[in-house]
Amino acid sequence: MENSMENVRYLISGDSAVTVEFGNTISPEINRKIRAFKIALERARIEGIIETVPTYRSLLVCYRPEVIRYGALTERLQEVLSSSDSIQIPPPSVVEIPVLYGGEMGPDLAHVAECHGLTKEEVIKIHTSRDYLIYMLGFIAGFPYLGGMDERIATPRLENPRVKIEGGSVGIAGAQTGIYPVASPGGWQLIGRTPVKLYDADREKPVLLEAGQYIRFRSVSEDEYHEIEKQAESGKYSCAVYEKEA
Amino acid sequence: MGVRFISGGALTTIQDMGRFGYQETGMPVSGVMDQRSAALANLLVGNQEEEAVLEITMLGPSMEFTEDIIIAVTGADLGAKLDKAELPRYQAVLVRAGQTVSFAGIRSGSRAYVAFAGGLKIPMVMGSRSTNLKSKIGGFEGRKIGAGDEIPFAAPKTFLLHMADRKLDAEDFSAREHTLRVVMGPQDDYFTEQGIETFLTGEYTISNEYDRMGCRMQGPVIEHKNGGDIITDGISFGSVQVPSHGNPIVMMADHQTTGGYTKIASVITTDLPILAQSMPGHKIHFQKISIEEAQEIFCAWKQELKALDQKWNTAPEPASDVQAAALSAAVCEHRSGYAAKSTYRVVVNGEEFLVELEREEEPFRE
Repeated sequence: MENSMENVRYLISGDSAVTVEFGNTISPEINRKIRAFKIALERARIEGIIETVPTYRSLLVCYRPEVIRYGALTERLQEVLSSSDSIQIPPPSVVEIPVLYGGEMGPDLAHVAECHGLTKEEVIKIHTSRDYLIYMLGFIAGFPYLGGMDERIATPRLENPRVKIEGGSVGIAGAQTGIYPVASPGGWQLIGRTPVKLYDADREKPVLLEAGQYIRFRSVSEDEYHEIEKQAESGKYSCAVYEKEA
Repeated sequence: MGVRFISGGALTTIQDMGRFGYQETGMPVSGVMDQRSAALANLLVGNQEEEAVLEITMLGPSMEFTEDIIIAVTGADLGAKLDKAELPRYQAVLVRAGQTVSFAGIRSGSRAYVAFAGGLKIPMVMGSRSTNLKSKIGGFEGRKIGAGDEIPFAAPKTFLLHMADRKLDAEDFSAREHTLRVVMGPQDDYFTEQGIETFLTGEYTISNEYDRMGCRMQGPVIEHKNGGDIITDGISFGSVQVPSHGNPIVMMADHQTTGGYTKIASVITTDLPILAQSMPGHKIHFQKISIEEAQEIFCAWKQELKALDQKWNTAPEPASDVQAAALSAAVCEHRSGYAAKSTYRVVVNGEEFLVELEREEEPFRE
């Protein structure tokens, strides 16, 4: 415990935010610490904090410098950190996401396969064979950041991000995999697309997924993709949800 | 009744100071690009500085007023007109029903702001009236304003205290070369010494890829130690992201909440309006300051806004209930008399007050 606190770094992120960094890897252990710290911070109710944004490895703390300055804030954060203990995490569920891999929907599938000396089918098999923990939501509304991808298909981001990526696109960036909820610029290697709407402003709950759940990808045919797409358009499609086996 | 758009202009949206509290679901903050101009427009018309305003980008709309209201136009000089006459910027102006506000074209700057006294009648979505174009929420139906749209006023005001004083020197956005002050971090340690040096001494040109999400610049390549990828991390308005190509991208109001590229520094809040008002082709220099200096500057700016708010929008208030009682007793006495100016001695709960009252001229009425 002592040791883990020594590794925490406070990084200046402009005049109104500080990044509290817990590590530099994707690990469930670091993620658990961040979630625990976030909850402890909410309980501490430090005046001047606007909101906090958890990520794989850090918690961005947005604050009002006219209420609390950087020096005073980091002192308070340190106090809270030393008192933050373990928290109850609700039992996880697994949400099944149907994906049409390759072709027009996944223009970088061939490149990812080529990088690792695999066939496209092998990449799909590896990608669908695991459940992925949703570590965080970010980048744009409803974008889930998933951990636990097989290193055999880890591929660096595009050197020059694309200006537009279609909503539903499933991609790989380094050792991460994820889904673009709406059209957006971005630098991920695109391997497929889901017809499921991760974000829908007109839905009662605009963001489909929650941090702490798991995602399981299922490869679907073009016909099935279009069938689900039709249902999703009319708001009738709901993803299969399983309980995560221990 | 309120304002009806004859045309919407290039990109006219409703924005306030942003949607906070939802970044953890990935919902961007959004809000105005130039917080200074928006806050000044609001204060000029007696609003809270964070009230929703129109953000007008480059080519302005044409809007017909169907109800009287006081407005103020700040920010870029886009050639604002009230019917056929020039509409003064940085000044509270009463617009009558039937009059039209339009914009002749860009003279300097990129974004103008229009504040309406009493605000616009726009529903709050997740605690904000800001339009988020990507998520299609907030503002006017989650989209930019177009021809035929009508926005009602919330509580339109046609009279404000100190009307003649409600003006400022219009800010000048004609410069084509700008220095933006930055605080280093959070990933400045991912760059070589040479890379930091390049960033702080190089000249960067704003590219055409400049929108509400971010501003891409081109110039000398900023050298990383080991490339520009990081494990995804939070982003602030003003973060200077440097991907592996080595050129900076400043994250603007609609910036994503998190991202996977190294951020060498962040532009300070009070210099973001300079960038918000600049255009492709303009030259940018980055200047490093400390977090302490940055926050001093930030707080001085907040003080400046507060002073303007007090000057225009805060009626003098008695310091205590006892003083208020003394004041109202003196006013009662004064009203019954004829003297233009008198001094009254009032005792409240044994405490003695001297109250000097002067009769004001009857306000002119039409």
